[in-house]
Amino acid sequence: MTHGYLALNRLTKEYRSGKSLVRAVDSIDLEVNEGELVTLLGPSGCGKTTTLRMISGFQTPTSGDIYIDGEKMNWVPPNKRPTAMVFQNYALFPHLSVFDNIAYGLRVRHESREVINRKVQDVMSLVGLSGLEKRAPGELSGGQQQRVSLGRSLVMEPKVLLLDEPLSNLDAKLRISMRMEIRKLQQRVGITTVYVTHDQEEAMTLSDRVVIMFDGRIQQVGSPREIYARPTSRFVAGFIGKANFLESRVDEVRGDRVAVGVAGQKLEISAAGREYAAGDRVLILLRPESVTIGRPATGHIPGTIAESVYLGSQVLYGVRVGDQIISVEEADPEEREIFAVGESVAIQLRAGNLHLLPFEEEHS
Amino acid sequence: MAHRGRSSAGGLEGSRLILREPLVLIVILGIFYLLLVFVVLPIADVVVKSVLVKGRFTLKNYIDVFSKGYLIAPFFNSILLGFSTACTGTLMGFVFAFAVTRTSLPGKRFFRQIATFPIVSPPFVVALAAILLFGRAGILTSYVEAVVGSYSIYGLGGLVLVETIAYGPLAFLVLVGVLQAIDPALEEAAMDLGASRARVFATVTLPLSVPGIAAAWLLVFIESIADFGNPMVLSGNFSVLSVQAYLQITGAFNLSTGATLAMLLLLPTALAYVVQKYLVSRRSYVTITGRPSSAVLRNLDWYVKLPVYGLTYLFTAVIFLFYGMVVWGSLQKLWGVDATLTLRNYAQVLRAGGRYITDSIVLAGIAAPISGILAMILAYLIVRKRFVGRRVMEFVSMLTFAVPGTVVGIGYILAFNQRTAVFPFVLTGTGAIIVALLVFRYMPAGIQSAVAALQQIDASIEEASADLGAASVTTFWKVTLPMIAPAFFSALVYSFVKAMTAISAIIFVVSGSWNLITVAILGYVDNSQYAQAAAMSLLLIGIILVALGVIQLFVNRVGRGARVASILGR
Repeated sequence: MTHGYLALNRLTKEYRSGKSLVRAVDSIDLEVNEGELVTLLGPSGCGKTTTLRMISGFQTPTSGDIYIDGEKMNWVPPNKRPTAMVFQNYALFPHLSVFDNIAYGLRVRHESREVINRKVQDVMSLVGLSGLEKRAPGELSGGQQQRVSLGRSLVMEPKVLLLDEPLSNLDAKLRISMRMEIRKLQQRVGITTVYVTHDQEEAMTLSDRVVIMFDGRIQQVGSPREIYARPTSRFVAGFIGKANFLESRVDEVRGDRVAVGVAGQKLEISAAGREYAAGDRVLILLRPESVTIGRPATGHIPGTIAESVYLGSQVLYGVRVGDQIISVEEADPEEREIFAVGESVAIQLRAGNLHLLPFEEEHS
Repeated sequence: MAHRGRSSAGGLEGSRLILREPLVLIVILGIFYLLLVFVVLPIADVVVKSVLVKGRFTLKNYIDVFSKGYLIAPFFNSILLGFSTACTGTLMGFVFAFAVTRTSLPGKRFFRQIATFPIVSPPFVVALAAILLFGRAGILTSYVEAVVGSYSIYGLGGLVLVETIAYGPLAFLVLVGVLQAIDPALEEAAMDLGASRARVFATVTLPLSVPGIAAAWLLVFIESIADFGNPMVLSGNFSVLSVQAYLQITGAFNLSTGATLAMLLLLPTALAYVVQKYLVSRRSYVTITGRPSSAVLRNLDWYVKLPVYGLTYLFTAVIFLFYGMVVWGSLQKLWGVDATLTLRNYAQVLRAGGRYITDSIVLAGIAAPISGILAMILAYLIVRKRFVGRRVMEFVSMLTFAVPGTVVGIGYILAFNQRTAVFPFVLTGTGAIIVALLVFRYMPAGIQSAVAALQQIDASIEEASADLGAASVTTFWKVTLPMIAPAFFSALVYSFVKAMTAISAIIFVVSGSWNLITVAILGYVDNSQYAQAAAMSLLLIGIILVALGVIQLFVNRVGRGARVASILGR
């Protein structure tokens, strides 16, 4: 048995595409705790939507199991599952009013008229739609349609709320305010939630934990901070935020710290729980914002400015070091010196801001 | 997203899901049974009848037909008629469609209405009008004779004229869709690159509409070959398959020969249907977006305007002339003898033919809603469900669309005049056989429009319903059906109109206890009671228009159609 409120055990989905067998979801394990919001994050085609559709029951696993609150769900049809989904395109019933849309599931469940009225009213005020009961979905703005869709799911008081890229049809400003609102709502109701998105900023703002998926597999599961600061693979590091990778070899291992040489400099970096041996090839992850640039000085890595873009709140540089261009972001430019293309500079690294990964080739 | 549910849900997986919903399974099995009994078996019976003599397989019937001149001539006559009508009908349809979509012809809406009018009336009304105009006592006969000498409206020439008017509008509807879907920007681009208007037409407009023209041609060809009413009235000595098959069965009581002739009728229509469905439609360049293009090439040169406008006005005048003639004829005291205007014919027709009218309304009124609902259910299963045999269901349910009415009618008398293990009831002579025939014969059009509507609607709306706890049956009634209500109502209208005007298949299954207006009109024509035939025809058209009005009122009251359409696109 598993412990998670929602548990996926070696969940796999294969389907035929012409003659080849595609493994859309490849043996993933995941446990989501009660009241937790977990996002499935990854590029399109990574299997996140397929996973969500298996949880909701619209697709059946090729192998592996789905448990919700200890009950096996594999062959329970979607209409019998304690899940409610918010669809990417909202999927509102165009022929029903806002009220009737939200009341739909309760009516299917044969709730009494009083219960339906009370619950729908409660949810409508919860999602901020009071007064729009009689409107048709077509008469609402995108954000309001989104709220109806959310309300329609919440009113069912499902054990697990599923959201499939719910904000992708909204404009940028609305997206930001809606995601804050969804998070607040989720915490207030305390509902277990799985949220699919390809927008990393969305995932970072919303989630208790982020699940990074690629190629049907889970690459890493962790809090937003863990994912960003201590990625376990080149893919995750590159997918979340911007990343520079420096190749190197391990000189020496001292307890949980590893000594590596970079451009003639010796650095001691935390092993972050991994085992390394002297001579291992490694990658040093260097976030653009944790690098500082200064006038050439001894003890720093020398380079030349190849690119300089002034954005007001920050300056983006491309610094040529050897045969590599390193991206650097410097905040608050008015307080600093701004360098022009062609100028010689020195890059300063601080071991505390660096993260070590075992070497892997770049994904094509 | 890369793997949206539908495409990846394989047949097997879908079938396993269906097993979880016994009610859906029962509906699927029930529909398969109905299709077997009312579509497959009747057609199979015609095939069997044509190759089975005294329980043994033989080609004797075919050899008989091919060796007797009076039996094989109709085959070539039908092909010749179909070919000629397809050419003239498509020309008429194209000219009308071009005028409506690509010119600044004044009164376009009016011409659209005119062009679709023959569809609402029983096709052989046109033949009746031709007799009134050009027949032996026709009012224009002497003038025409003065020009071309002695002639007869009965025969190939008259039939081509009449069927062009009756089926040209079908070609028009196909071609309007095609021409509207061609982006005028393409034509403007060609002109911008220096092409003259004639060159634009020859190098852009025409090539892009070729698949549509082919589709329209084949459609008119099928309709013309399968037509029974007009040839029955107007063929004279020019014998065609549909009429010959009917005469063999009702006149000579020779079912085998009738079935064999029906098979010969099925051959070219089935071929044309297959070519249409699998060759022509695949080659279409234009994707119908449902968003009619607004731009029009105005200021056309006189050499374009003259023929296009001229032909449009000519065809319109002919349509008016023919239908006006029916009105005129219906008011004559005695056609060709006493031209006193009177309403006596209507009174007489109502008195003598009241039973025909009520039977027609009752049977069409029962058949149309059943046909509509069944079509919606079938479309839902075909588009939204995955199960073994889905393709077979789709193919079989569309089959009667391609099969001439004569074949279906003969099939029904063969299939339902005795009890069988599959269907232990005798239906011959009952109203039920007529209703069943109407339901399954006019269902395909409803299926097509519902399939098109469903494909426009994102499946996630129905998934949302399932997700909120509704079983498939609930989802169908509460979500799918309301959303495709416009398709349902158009299916309802279509089946009702078709049921009221049907003749080719129905003529085989009518009986003393149940009769239909169309059969009555044919009877009047047969007795040369043209005035009564005209009066009855107009009553029929009147009843259809009233029924359409009632349905429209109901749709307006339900009033969701427009709203449904407005947000389906998202």
